[in-house]
Amino acid sequence: MATTSTHSAHPDYLQHHFSDPQQQQEAAKLGMWIFLLTEVLLFGGLFCAYVIYRSWDPQLFINANKELSVPLGALNTIVLITSSVTMALAIRCVQLNKSKQSAAYLIATLAFAAVFLVVKYFEYSHKIHLGQLPGQFYTYTGIEGNNPHIFFSVYFMMTGLHGLHVLGGMGAIGWVLWKTVKRQLHSEYYTPMENVGLYWHLVDMIWIFLFPLLYLIG
Amino acid sequence: MYDKALPQPNYLSEPKGLKSWLLTTDHKRIGLMYFAAIMGAFILGGIFAMLIRIELISPSKVMMGADAYNQVFTLHGAIMIFLFIIPSIPAALGNLILPLMLGAKDVAFPRLNLCSWYIYVFGALFAVYSMFANAVDTGWTFYTPYSSETGTAVISMALAVFILGFSSIFTGLNFIVTIHKLRAPGLTWYKLPLFVWAIYATGILQVMATPVIGITMVLLVLERVAGIGIFDPAMGGDPVLFQHFFWFYSHPAVYIMILPGMGIISELITAFSRKKIFGYKAIAYSSLAIAFISFLVWGHHMFVSGQSRFAAMIFSFLTFFVAVPSAIKVFNWMATLYKGSISFATPMLYALSFLFLFAIGGLTGVFLGALAVDVHLHDTYFVVAHFHYVMMGGTVVALLGGIHYWWPKVFGRMYSEVWGKVCAALVFIGFNVTFLPQFVMGSQGMPRRYYTYPEQYQAMHLFSTIGSWILGVGFLIMTIYLLHSVFKGRIVGKNPWGALTLEWETTSPPSPHNFEATPEVTHGPYDYDKIVVEPT
Repeated sequence: MATTSTHSAHPDYLQHHFSDPQQQQEAAKLGMWIFLLTEVLLFGGLFCAYVIYRSWDPQLFINANKELSVPLGALNTIVLITSSVTMALAIRCVQLNKSKQSAAYLIATLAFAAVFLVVKYFEYSHKIHLGQLPGQFYTYTGIEGNNPHIFFSVYFMMTGLHGLHVLGGMGAIGWVLWKTVKRQLHSEYYTPMENVGLYWHLVDMIWIFLFPLLYLIG
Repeated sequence: MYDKALPQPNYLSEPKGLKSWLLTTDHKRIGLMYFAAIMGAFILGGIFAMLIRIELISPSKVMMGADAYNQVFTLHGAIMIFLFIIPSIPAALGNLILPLMLGAKDVAFPRLNLCSWYIYVFGALFAVYSMFANAVDTGWTFYTPYSSETGTAVISMALAVFILGFSSIFTGLNFIVTIHKLRAPGLTWYKLPLFVWAIYATGILQVMATPVIGITMVLLVLERVAGIGIFDPAMGGDPVLFQHFFWFYSHPAVYIMILPGMGIISELITAFSRKKIFGYKAIAYSSLAIAFISFLVWGHHMFVSGQSRFAAMIFSFLTFFVAVPSAIKVFNWMATLYKGSISFATPMLYALSFLFLFAIGGLTGVFLGALAVDVHLHDTYFVVAHFHYVMMGGTVVALLGGIHYWWPKVFGRMYSEVWGKVCAALVFIGFNVTFLPQFVMGSQGMPRRYYTYPEQYQAMHLFSTIGSWILGVGFLIMTIYLLHSVFKGRIVGKNPWGALTLEWETTSPPSPHNFEATPEVTHGPYDYDKIVVEPT
């Protein structure tokens, strides 16, 4: 790597305080991994709340969980996993300098993310209609057990925070899409797309935990 | 000896204009902007502290009633913790000095660095709003269910804490990556100054603990706005869960506050003993050990909150355990002093104050970690005194030592040594007069967070209030001579202390790009036995 870095002494994507592109890329990736760690801990609080309230009243969680639609949850799981595949393919294409294909895969990823949110919208509006809402807004009467609203507080907090991350991810994917179209990303420099990819896989992974914990415990 | 004018161009003079400051990505300028911001917060928090002490001068009402007092001590705590002490050493001195110590041109992510300063200011605005809009009265701990019911401005303060958290996370992230990736050639891990190790350990805590307070504050806000009931026992929620969440952050957070202070002390003790540090690796690894163990002790805040006895025993044991790496540091500093050629410059006076005050603060922490003793001392002035001995006697005194030590590097000019020593003495005396009586009161049962008290405590409260005035005078004089030195101080050369770490090899103040050429590191940071540098 040392020879290539001296070869292209100061390409325009290299920031002034780094000595070579490799150093810049390693720094950016390490920074991204640390950021992902903070995300895991952010969700960690909610997972912790889930564990505590479920262990307090396991039967209530099973009763309330039956109100969630497994087919819709499964559909969203498939949609998100597919979007991770298209994201990975977009990165592969940009590494090979296939900008157009890379952009197409990014657009596909955006489309899958949008499908995920639309499905989520239908799930939410159904629950809002039935009054299966968090805390004081809970008006549904069809679940046996004390304080069934706790399950929906946990459900809306976890999926809501995850949904916000999907939205943020869409913004980030749009940003690298713009950079790809502008030909600012190519085989020599694709760190932003790689980092957005890492973030997107994390968003996907969190859903892979949420789906069984919320939808499949019955 | 030294030039009559400051070296040009330096980062203070070039480029010019307000915009060049507000849009700067230079870590030194961002560090100075942080320094100004945290000093503003310190003055604000200090004014609230003075008001608390004035109210407590007599058992009857002096100037505020119970409700106003609750608001004032809450604001004192929240401002001092979240706006001052957490960002103080890392964000201000860390930004100013850390890249210089590494021989780097900047931190790894300069724009993120500037962004974190703006996030800090944005969060601070929420906190200030909360001050004026029916100030929050929950104590800085925001315990539920009171915090979800009180009519005061909890939401804006909780949002302030949430936003400030991001600022802290980004600073920590930036420093970790900078330390990993931007060290000068030859600067191996064991040649890093111990301040860098301390900032690294602090960064781990900032990154791993802060997201948890973030989600906790979101839940608290939703509890108030949407009544989600997670922390409300009337709705099947658990208020103790809030305490667990809160302390899972806030206990590591006290190490976010003290670890960088310990880093400064390592620098000061060696530089002014002219002696290689004793037990370099022990001090370096004890920083990491503290960072690790501090995640496992949060339950010692909750011995009387209804957690299981078994959990309390484990937490008590781990609390004793976390004292071990702290003690390792103190013993190593003492051993460094032994047979050193010690000079009592102002920064060294603060370092010696630290050793004394931190030893008291740390030991009384062990008392509080003992289960049976804690039941008696819980929520008394003993806790208040312990906390202030660690946080003010520890962190603030270390910060003052660091400010005086690096002042000539940052501004290229020296402050008045005489007034520096006078103020170091005033701070030391004022601090002890203020807080020593609080140990005694607390052990006799004086509870914290009351604006009134039985007659028997009056003498000690009076003593404590007088101490706060001595402290106030000390800080006032310090402000004057430091500001004076920025404009009129004696101009110094590169290395006024004859220290060996990298930041002293560049000009004072440094050029915008730190070093003329990337330095090659050939010696350790404390090789005073091999190298003698004349102060310039």
